[in-house]
Amino acid sequence: MNAMTDRYETLLPLKAEARNLSFYYGNFQALKNINMPIYEKKVTSLIGPSGCGKSTYLRCFNRMHDLYPGNRYEGAIDFHPDHTDLLSKKVDPIEVRMRISMVFQKPNPFPKSIYENVAYGLRVRGENARSVIDDKVEAALRGAALWGEVKDRLKELGANLSGGQQQRLCIARALATDPELMLFDEPTSALDPIATASIEELITELKERVTILIVTHNMQQAARISDYTAYMYIGEMVEFGVTDQIFIKPKRKETEDYITGRFG
Amino acid sequence: MNQQELQALRAMIVAHKRWDTLFGVIGILALMLGLMTFAALFADMAINGLGRISVDFLTSFPSRRAANAGILSAWVGSVLVMLVTAFAAVPLGVAAGVYLEEYAPKNWITDIIEINVSNLAGVPSIIYGLLALGLFVYTFGLGQSILTAGLTLALLILPVVIVATREAIRSIPQIIREGAYACGATTWQVVSDHIVPYSSAGILTGVIIGMARAIGETAPIITVGALTFIAFLPTMPFTGELPAGPFDWLFAPFTVMPIQMFNWTSRPEAAFLSNAAAAGFILVLMTLAMNGLAIWLRYRLRKNIKW
Repeated sequence: MNAMTDRYETLLPLKAEARNLSFYYGNFQALKNINMPIYEKKVTSLIGPSGCGKSTYLRCFNRMHDLYPGNRYEGAIDFHPDHTDLLSKKVDPIEVRMRISMVFQKPNPFPKSIYENVAYGLRVRGENARSVIDDKVEAALRGAALWGEVKDRLKELGANLSGGQQQRLCIARALATDPELMLFDEPTSALDPIATASIEELITELKERVTILIVTHNMQQAARISDYTAYMYIGEMVEFGVTDQIFIKPKRKETEDYITGRFG
Repeated sequence: MNQQELQALRAMIVAHKRWDTLFGVIGILALMLGLMTFAALFADMAINGLGRISVDFLTSFPSRRAANAGILSAWVGSVLVMLVTAFAAVPLGVAAGVYLEEYAPKNWITDIIEINVSNLAGVPSIIYGLLALGLFVYTFGLGQSILTAGLTLALLILPVVIVATREAIRSIPQIIREGAYACGATTWQVVSDHIVPYSSAGILTGVIIGMARAIGETAPIITVGALTFIAFLPTMPFTGELPAGPFDWLFAPFTVMPIQMFNWTSRPEAAFLSNAAAAGFILVLMTLAMNGLAIWLRYRLRKNIKW
């Protein structure tokens, strides 16, 4: 156990914990020995310059890398409360993705109706009862602050919505199956400032119900919405801590340089 | 910039723009050459054949007397053969395309398969005919039947269907796939809920273009033993008595439109040439109708697909 682990073990309940996590694209090592806690029902943000591995790290949590050949994980992500190792070869990536949902950088609604977009996760789980799906779709759309705007047009194509609405639709899709952890991969980078503000507000509300891990290249966003922040650089976790501490009094010189804009 | 420089600049732009005009003219000429050739052939056929086209022509069997001869057995044969072709080529081709894109690991074996599928599209159709003669007629004992002809043409258009399927699948953005997988879908769920529905427009277009090619094929059909003179219709599909009855039509002897035309053009009497032109006119209309259907279906299906 290193010093960092000792410190956070005593704090809040954990949802997940990366232990000595390394990741390889073929021979290229993209993540180097990452140790980091994810606290339950908190927003944790990952910041760092482009190519630092923050998206790669995020995509380890739902085993997205399994979709492509030549990728390899080392170490573990211990998922609480059942202590399942998300990266274990014995754990089916589909099981992992059923528990951990994801919202992507660019809104990616399916070319289906708004209703079917939100219902998809339920359908994948074999849910066929119309009444159950109706209820969960409505709850998810309400949770994503979209219900009022779309309740009269559930049969319309998801792609007919504006960019910000599409992203909230994708959040509803990710929310509909009651995930334990939600991953956000730069969810506002394709959106205008007003849509960005609404997504940020939504994320702050969602943490009442679900643990959130978010990648952002916008430091102000990390400061606004997250409880904990991790600064990554070239595949390494440079510093992890309470967001206020990271932004006001970073322990490491590298973090300070990045935060203050002297670098990156 | 002084007046003199400005004039030089303008002169230069005018000179450069001449090439634009020149290429535009060449392009139109090249386009016209192709279109006009087809239009002239089609017009010639229409002039020669239009007089022969009537309800009787469509509902009469071939005859020794040109004035009584019709294309009933030929167009019915073509339609039935196409039916078999579609039923065989679509599931096989789509399954192969989906497998290659979504399931197969990317390695040298799939590379070799990929190259060979593309090469198959260029194999002369007579080769398919010979293969089918050996395989379907002799080895499997399917006889010189509608089934054999349909399967032969299915082989012929299989590469077209596979390539069209793969291209349609490749045009689906990766982010849509990732979105579906992130919901916890299995590969089969991704394929059946997303990949096939979203690529159906492209697949259908490929299928119909393949069918439009197959309907005009003569060589492989002759090789597997289509008759040139047929004065009866096969049992209509699904009307025969059980158990084997509904599928009797599959094993019936048959002829198709291009063979009927070929037969008529080889007769010495001029009247038969008119018949051939009339049949050709109808064959071209059938092909154009199929292509029209492809365009319409693509438009309809794509209306609901937006990324």
